[in-house]
Amino acid sequence: MTTLAPPSTTAGLNHLDALESHALFILREVVAECERPVLLFSGGKDSAVLLHLAAKAFAPLGLPFPVLHVDTGHNFSEVLAFRDRAAVRAGARLIVARVQDSIDRGRVADPGDLASRNRLQSVTLLDAISEHGFDAAFGGARRDEDKARAKERVLSFRDEFGQWDPRRQRPELWRLYQGRVNPGEHVRAFPLSDWTELDVWQYVAREGVDLPSIYFAHERPVVARDGMWLAVGEFVRPRDDERVESRTVRFRTVGDATGTGAVLSNARTIDEVVAEVAAATVSERGATRGDDRFSETSMEDRKREGYF
Amino acid sequence: MAVATKDVLRLATVGSVDDGKSTLIGRLLVDTRLVADDHLDAVAAASERRGVGELDLSFVTDGLRAEREQGITIDVAYRYATTATRKLVIADCPGHVQYTRNMATGSSTADLALVAVDVAAGLKEQTRRHLVIAALLGVRAFVVAVNKMDTVEWSRTAYERVVAEVGVLATVLGATSVVAVPVSALYGDNVVERSLRAPWYAGPTVLEALEASDAGAWERSCGSRLPIQWILRQPGGGRSYAGLVSGEALRVGDAVTLLPAGIETSIRAIHYGGRTLEEAAVGLAADVELDDATDAGRGDLIATAPLPRVTRELEATVCWFGDDPLDQRGRRLRLKHTSRTTPVRVRELEGRIDVGSLTLTRADALATNEIGLVRLTTAEPLVVDEYREDRVTGSFVLVDEVTHATVAAGMVGRPPFVTVGR
Ligand SMILES: Nc1nc2c(ncn2[C@@H]2O[C@H](COP(=O)(O)OP(=O)(O)O)[C@@H](O)[C@H]2O)c(=O)[nH]1
Repeated sequence: MTTLAPPSTTAGLNHLDALESHALFILREVVAECERPVLLFSGGKDSAVLLHLAAKAFAPLGLPFPVLHVDTGHNFSEVLAFRDRAAVRAGARLIVARVQDSIDRGRVADPGDLASRNRLQSVTLLDAISEHGFDAAFGGARRDEDKARAKERVLSFRDEFGQWDPRRQRPELWRLYQGRVNPGEHVRAFPLSDWTELDVWQYVAREGVDLPSIYFAHERPVVARDGMWLAVGEFVRPRDDERVESRTVRFRTVGDATGTGAVLSNARTIDEVVAEVAAATVSERGATRGDDRFSETSMEDRKREGYF
Repeated sequence: MAVATKDVLRLATVGSVDDGKSTLIGRLLVDTRLVADDHLDAVAAASERRGVGELDLSFVTDGLRAEREQGITIDVAYRYATTATRKLVIADCPGHVQYTRNMATGSSTADLALVAVDVAAGLKEQTRRHLVIAALLGVRAFVVAVNKMDTVEWSRTAYERVVAEVGVLATVLGATSVVAVPVSALYGDNVVERSLRAPWYAGPTVLEALEASDAGAWERSCGSRLPIQWILRQPGGGRSYAGLVSGEALRVGDAVTLLPAGIETSIRAIHYGGRTLEEAAVGLAADVELDDATDAGRGDLIATAPLPRVTRELEATVCWFGDDPLDQRGRRLRLKHTSRTTPVRVRELEGRIDVGSLTLTRADALATNEIGLVRLTTAEPLVVDEYREDRVTGSFVLVDEVTHATVAAGMVGRPPFVTVGR
């Protein structure tokens, strides 16, 4: 037999198996190479998939690392309930780091009652990482989400200040992920790097991954603000000129409840959501995240500061 | 389920500055309707702010602020496209100064290179270099978009001149498949939509060429490989060894050798994410149980015949990324190969590979972004195949012992197309 060339690294697998296998590989590799990993868990669909993959990677034993929720205090109650049951199911120890504590300790300025605390999370996150001595943090970020993310490595190096420097990333070749760091530095590891929003939903459908109910269409009171539908409740109060309406909506992402928009949708089942996402013409963040629409580079700026 | 599953094609982009690579990728994404409306609006707004009338499709792919401000591309960006049959993972490699590093990074996981060449300018030096680096990293299939056909009035002669130029190089580099397509990325001809301007051209569009490519299916002559990454406990109390299968599929009952120890045994069971399988396909993160209760660990390798080599001495091709040059003096390095990491010494620098002339010439040191041939000695034995046989067991990285930075990409063996110069 003659040898023409090396084989593909993914020949013979369908895309969900290829993505899943790659993610399991990354999870195991980081746990093998790093001393104290942690999994960042927001309760959103990407971190739910990440937790599902982590449980698969180390089954039948429980997770060999804790799960960290950076809590803005601005939560959807459905998401908090989901967070707690998902951690229990995965057999994971849940650590909650509160933005409110960072405010109380004077680490960050209080932006005011109903303002988004999204950006403040970076400080709380970095403080938690150094307090616990974590040298690797798994995140559910995907490269299709944003143009700064599109450039980020699977294992992304953070200096002792927790900063990401896009001009000095470690070269990352083949699947030779290299996670060693000096004390005080850490890596972020993104097992879902190559997944798109649609891949995530197809995978959720295939695996029956449990999600917070707000990802599926439901009636709720909303106001139209900045071109988005915001859920009226504890963290969003209608302004004088705004009219509260009851609409059938669902959420495409879950973030700080003050700034995460809902989309009008009738997709009540997982198959209906997959079909809707496959046909979507507006990006996930564009549709639902107030904080990503301020400037062309808002994600890049936040990432440099140590954001997820 | 509403959407069928697909296979994955990973590709790297190649193109000299201004040949239209960014426009081509932008066109591919826009015409397959993969760029969301709000992203397109942002591109339109950015185009307007920077006074480049209408829609500059190259902004679809440029990411970082420094890149937009300086009009350059710093690093590999990953893009995702879905066709009717495939998921495409596109490593969009910049064509600028740090080209070796970025090109090597993007090519290391690519099955195919998508090349943009300006038909009027022909095959530029930088594109040649990129193609050589892609080929060094194991890319054997090329789709060549001969671009800006609108500027030569869709001249068939001009097109064929470029195709011939690329063809000569591709043959030297051992390409197994080269598909050329006359396109205008700017106007969208033959990228996704078929053009009426080249009635003489009956071949595929760029998208069709990517969909049809069988870049992933290679004939090869070594066996199945499972580098042990992690050890799992089975419910019955047994151990199973987890790793990503490479080379060939692994089956229950296969006679295997555990290396470097050389213990012969066979596969008792295969698991994947809690399920039990008869066969583990290449690329699957499977875990396997062996028939004998052997004491294997991370860094060991399970292989079927023909077996890989166990060695502490390697001849290898390295792309050097370090800030200071690589020479034979005592730099402390670590080598990571599959799941094994070991101290390593560079015993000899055999020479520098000139990617222009494809010759090996004597050299005392390798500067940043240079490629050379070295002899290495490792502290622990490695289990290797030649890179051209297996990209997983044939590749490694070198890591600086002090900063932990990745300073080189290495491939076991000599590239077949490099000749020894003086
Ligand atoms: N006439 C013409 N111009 C093109 C075509 N494709 C790209 N260009 C232009 O060539 C220039 C360089 O394109 P760009 O995509 O930025 O090149 P890159 O440096 O290879 O990424 C831009 O001004 C493009 O508008 C084409 O098919 N026809």
